[in-house]
Amino acid sequence: MIAAAAQLHGPHINWAALSPLEALIGGSVIVLLVGLLRPRFIREQVVPALTVLSLGATIGLTLWQWHTHVAAISGALAIDDLALIMTLLFAGAGIAATLLSWRGLAPRVSAHGDFYALMLGSIAGMFVLVAAQNIITLFIGLELLSIPLYVLCATEMHRAASLESGLKYLIIGSVGSATLVYGLALIYGATGATDFSAIAASISHGHSSDTLLLTGVALVLVGLCFKASIAPFHQWTPDVYEGAPTPVTAFMAVATKAAAFGVLLRVLDVMLIGERSNWKPALAALATITIIVGNVGALGQASLKRMLAYSSVAQAGYILAGVTVATELGARATLLYLIVYLLMNIAAFAVIIARERATPYGDDIDAVAGLGAESPWLAWPLTIAMLALAGIPATAGFIGKFFLISALVSGGYTWLAIVLVVGSMISLAYYLRVIAAVWMRPAPGPSIATAVGVPIIAGGSPEADVAAGQQLELTFVAIVFAAATVFFGIVPQPLFDLVQHSAHTLSGAL
Amino acid sequence: MLSILIWLPAAAALVGALIPARRVAGLLALGGALGSLGITIGLIAGYSGHSTRLTHVTNVDWIRSLGIHYSLGLDGLNLFLVAMTTFSFVLAIAAANLRDWERSRVFFLLFALAESAVLGTFLAQDLALFVAFFDLMLIPFYLLLGVWGGPNRIAATLKLVLYTFVGSLLMLAGAIALAVLTSEHTGHPISFALSTLAASPLHKGTQEWIFLLFAAAFLVKMPAFPLHGWMPDAYREMPVEVLAVFSGVLSKVGAYGFLRIVLPTMPAASVHFQTPILLISLASVIYGSAMAFTQTNARLIAGYSSIAQLGFITLGIFAFADQGAQGAVLQMVNHGIVVAPLFLIIGLLAARAGGSDDIRDMGGIATRAPILATCFLIVTFATLAMPGSGNFVGEFLILLGLFKTKMVFSIIAFTGVVMASVYALRVFIRAMHNRVGPQVQSREISLRYGLVLAPFLAAIALFAVYPQLQLGRSEKSVTAAIAHEKALTQTYDTLAGAIKK
Repeated sequence: MIAAAAQLHGPHINWAALSPLEALIGGSVIVLLVGLLRPRFIREQVVPALTVLSLGATIGLTLWQWHTHVAAISGALAIDDLALIMTLLFAGAGIAATLLSWRGLAPRVSAHGDFYALMLGSIAGMFVLVAAQNIITLFIGLELLSIPLYVLCATEMHRAASLESGLKYLIIGSVGSATLVYGLALIYGATGATDFSAIAASISHGHSSDTLLLTGVALVLVGLCFKASIAPFHQWTPDVYEGAPTPVTAFMAVATKAAAFGVLLRVLDVMLIGERSNWKPALAALATITIIVGNVGALGQASLKRMLAYSSVAQAGYILAGVTVATELGARATLLYLIVYLLMNIAAFAVIIARERATPYGDDIDAVAGLGAESPWLAWPLTIAMLALAGIPATAGFIGKFFLISALVSGGYTWLAIVLVVGSMISLAYYLRVIAAVWMRPAPGPSIATAVGVPIIAGGSPEADVAAGQQLELTFVAIVFAAATVFFGIVPQPLFDLVQHSAHTLSGAL
Repeated sequence: MLSILIWLPAAAALVGALIPARRVAGLLALGGALGSLGITIGLIAGYSGHSTRLTHVTNVDWIRSLGIHYSLGLDGLNLFLVAMTTFSFVLAIAAANLRDWERSRVFFLLFALAESAVLGTFLAQDLALFVAFFDLMLIPFYLLLGVWGGPNRIAATLKLVLYTFVGSLLMLAGAIALAVLTSEHTGHPISFALSTLAASPLHKGTQEWIFLLFAAAFLVKMPAFPLHGWMPDAYREMPVEVLAVFSGVLSKVGAYGFLRIVLPTMPAASVHFQTPILLISLASVIYGSAMAFTQTNARLIAGYSSIAQLGFITLGIFAFADQGAQGAVLQMVNHGIVVAPLFLIIGLLAARAGGSDDIRDMGGIATRAPILATCFLIVTFATLAMPGSGNFVGEFLILLGLFKTKMVFSIIAFTGVVMASVYALRVFIRAMHNRVGPQVQSREISLRYGLVLAPFLAAIALFAVYPQLQLGRSEKSVTAAIAHEKALTQTYDTLAGAIKK
């Protein structure tokens, strides 16, 4: 896309501003090519290292561009604090996912180069998505994000559940994309513009109750809700999360969700801000449904991945509530919660992956039973992650929820704050169940597992055949992210400073 | 200074948890708790009680963007509650050191963390900080109960956590709403400082629904009558050392929350809901007492008697009279230092009755173990508020205060005092005299355990002869805490009088 644009001599391209994207795409190509080399060492060690290097470069370049606010390809993309913070988030999630899948099954089965190249490509798509300034780039970014993910879900080719997960995600994701693009087309039809700012200007000049426009807005919302797994468009989430390789699930749960909310913020608070009287009630209703459906759905789950999938639906509801208020405070609370959400979820997933490899129980809750006595270095991160997800003080989860509630109350949505609180109450039941399993139940006897060669627990144990004991990087990820969760729970001011300016670009419209 | 007081136990235990030796963790936790107790004694000695101003104030920005401060302060209201907390924790941790625990390092870490959280709750002068400590407090107890508790601990933890967290989360919403709406009301930037919130109360209607959110959290924590569903299971399953501080200290946090937060920041709502709260408290007194003399499990008897006692305390607070509130604060401390040794003794008795908490399995120990019997007798007398005990002074003041403002409640509540003597003596007689139980092995109390109980008895004796130690220091602060309500009720009364005329 960039090369083509350069040849046309059309738009001015700010290469410096686009440098994070260049690092991602360049890294993707290099990783793909290096992955073709024969030696095992290169494929299994050098390729992930290169991936991490590329993501590290992305973070470095993002920090280099910090506080710049320029259009990159004459209006198609723009770099601002929102996009840069999001990029940090994606790159952080990417590094974590790379470490989590380093000695995992998925990259081995699907060729290492392909796996990591796809992941970098997906992150590049996320960057385009959150930096998009018109509806065309938005759609390109969304597809660039989604298509690698469809493949990544299916990378454990020998396992039916993984293939099914990829297929399901492909079909549902395509429906979501189609809805979105149809909605974008209708908005273009109603306003005659593709730029976010131009559309916003057109709406403010009195098109706000145009039926064509309203239909477009509704379809765009539905399309984005598919991506962010907002109920009632969430049904794919548990199945896909459960079937996909766990590192991919972790990556999807945090990065894709963050990308979806990043673009949701920009679309609603910039492009459609003139329509807010129409979309605010709809979003409030969706947030309420999502919080309830997610939390109730998670209650009876025995599979940890399914439980976290429903929990991610519930958390998406909380985040959506922050979007709903459509104030600068709300946008900041949303961003802050996305960061917090990343920290606590990665910690949880790292522990789940470690247990998948060490026990024959897969992602069943039995896999973590008795973990407190067996390996406290995994038990504490999981405990902290669950407490943080439940919003207990001294964890970043509490700060995130606190900020969200105060944004809701000051935005006049006290009732939604109460819904959020009620949702949190329900969520305690399933988060604490995990903690109870970790600390209060003995480890299940090994006899059941070894008796049968094939894993017998539902969901399988896709990673069990990777030699146990090689878990240092998993423990490392779990501890780092859990420590960050606690650190930002006690010293949250850096997070507040980080998101302080991010909403400024939006606030012009708010 | 106050920060050291709060974090010393947790820090010491954290060091203990990182040292791999077995015994060290418990001793370090004890050392940390002792350090806090030492600081507290120093604070009591240095506190005059001449003004209502906070002393030893720590105030630094915690989350600037939300106006949340790490703000601690000491006044007559929390001084003795802090003292009671450090005191009980020292002795409970000492008692816990006399037993072997599985995974002892984690155990003592959680125990000390609990102490830090409770102290933080008592000392916090910022609403958000209070809420944070209030919620944090529950996590160590949740794990202590769930990992080291009795056979039915899983169900017990679930009930405990669901009840109390539901209350906590409601309070969280209430706290945020209170601060946000106050800042909108006054036009100042948002602040959670209690002094700011108290300076500009909200409209009465707004106050009322926020009051209900707070009341839910505090009444569950106490527990008060209809919200006590978690209590029996949790009390039955918790290790006695943990239960001693849980019942002795944590139940006071709810009552303290009313005095520190609800009454100063929501005066109109407090007056509005005076009668319902008094009714709930009265129901707690009667229900708690009635249950206490029908139960046979010694822990539950003590538990239900706690419900009754907390009912008394709440009655005292919501009497909106000086004596009532003072009696309530005194009684909080008294109850803490009485119920903690009570549970420890019950633990000893159960160990002598083949591990059963049932008073029908006990009995006949008194002649063989006279010292244990004497300890128990003193604690029993204190529980039933014998004249001459500190509890007598406390209950007397509460009833006196209540008599002045709400005479009918006072008269009914008095039956609770009578019932207390019935159930307390019943436990004592059943456990100490009567026939020897089938599996009872009468052993005298060990010297080391005796040394743990002795300070409790000394404290009971101290407050019996010299309650002025506390009353003198807390008087001003307590009176200030209920000043708004007193003024409001008097205004209403004069208005009502004028209308009648």
